[in-house]
Amino acid sequence: MDGAFILAHVPDYLSGAWVTLRFGLYGVACSLLLGLLCCLLRYFRVPVLRQIAGGYIELARNTPLLVQLFFLYAGLPRVGIKFSAEACAVIGLTFLGGAYMAEAFRSGIESVDKTQVEAGACIGLTMGQNIRYVIFPQALATAIPALFANVIFLIKETSVFSVLAMMDLMNVADTLRTSGGRTVEVLFMLMVTYLLILLPVSVLATLVERRLRYTGFGN
Amino acid sequence: MNDTILHVQDIYKSFDGNGVLRGVSMEIREGEVVVIVGPSGCGKSTLLRCINGLEVIDSGSIYLRDEKISGRTKDLHLVRQKIGMVFQSYDLFPHMKVMDNLLLGPTKALNKSKTEVEKEALEMLERVGLKEKAYALPRTLSGGQKQRVALVRAMLMRPEILLLDEITAALDPEMVSEVLNVVIDLARGGMTMAIVTHEMRFAEAVADRVVFLEDGMIMEEGKPEEFFSAPKTQRAQHFLQSFTYASKRDKKSDKNNFED
Repeated sequence: MDGAFILAHVPDYLSGAWVTLRFGLYGVACSLLLGLLCCLLRYFRVPVLRQIAGGYIELARNTPLLVQLFFLYAGLPRVGIKFSAEACAVIGLTFLGGAYMAEAFRSGIESVDKTQVEAGACIGLTMGQNIRYVIFPQALATAIPALFANVIFLIKETSVFSVLAMMDLMNVADTLRTSGGRTVEVLFMLMVTYLLILLPVSVLATLVERRLRYTGFGN
Repeated sequence: MNDTILHVQDIYKSFDGNGVLRGVSMEIREGEVVVIVGPSGCGKSTLLRCINGLEVIDSGSIYLRDEKISGRTKDLHLVRQKIGMVFQSYDLFPHMKVMDNLLLGPTKALNKSKTEVEKEALEMLERVGLKEKAYALPRTLSGGQKQRVALVRAMLMRPEILLLDEITAALDPEMVSEVLNVVIDLARGGMTMAIVTHEMRFAEAVADRVVFLEDGMIMEEGKPEEFFSAPKTQRAQHFLQSFTYASKRDKKSDKNNFED
């Protein structure tokens, strides 16, 4: 392996990592919000919106992100709806991630005992207060492993942003590889950079999960 | 002067076509302790759950003081703030310390100041012998301790009436009395209560009036000394007999006696 080549291209990878991380995190944040919203619509059985949320979740989970991005970037402009590549990236990732996050939140909320909800109601809390103080903290504790798994999954999925001509990690590596050869070095650095981004997230997930286990709920 | 706190008027409730409450009417006056007894599945718990709106009644009406509380879908939490309820399974919030369990309702639902409620909570915990557990997590408490905390949690809302739904049913036998003594203490303090229980001796000790429910209807009601010593209906007699058993030393009991 050519160490000089690797060192020379560290800045390229850093800028790619910045794109990956930035738009990945935008997507993750929006996914969490969308997921929570969908989960609540279904939990409260809000008429019509609940069905829309359910349909959306199936659509998003059963189509590839690549196809979703193509649809946004190449399909919609044909009917006059045009987004920038960056907007497509965030919207696409949110579209996919929202569905997964909704399911993770649902697993959490469904794990909260019905009697807990009743106990909250019985001390005169409004439904909103009950969710905020009683249901959500307990649901979150159960959902945390799935939520973290989704975060890691979504950041990895950003590798398809390259089809939007965004200079994310994947595109940086692709460009280097096709222009100068050195396939091994280029791909090696690509793997290492993804690992450096995602390993801390994994470690954080483990720490949070362990902490929750020690705090141990159990009635 | 009308001192009726709760007025239940001819309520019906069915689940999947099974009539669980079939025309129940009762009144509870201020300071009165009414104990509801009856066989499993007679509708006792459902009756309590209907009172604070955890179940929606099919017909009839329920009044708290002069306010109709049945059939409302808006601001049910305002009604529940005046009706305390404690369940069989304690249902403390496991992610909160005892004190946070106690503060949640008064500070969030009633907007009281935290310092004021905390002081009151500590006093009440002391009264039920749990002051040293004020900042413990619920999972470190025994069942009896949890249930006493649950009673304090309900009382801190200063409810007009307290509903107790088989609050000792999940406890180990040696913890039953520590919980029931708290209830008796509350009764002496003039708390209005509707209590569902299978502890007949406790029922006799705490009740001002006993209501016997079977098949979703009130079959008999009366003063505890009358109900327990001389129940008027055959069904109540039969029900009370189920709490007694034959002795192995009772020679003439029957042919199942293999001792001779």
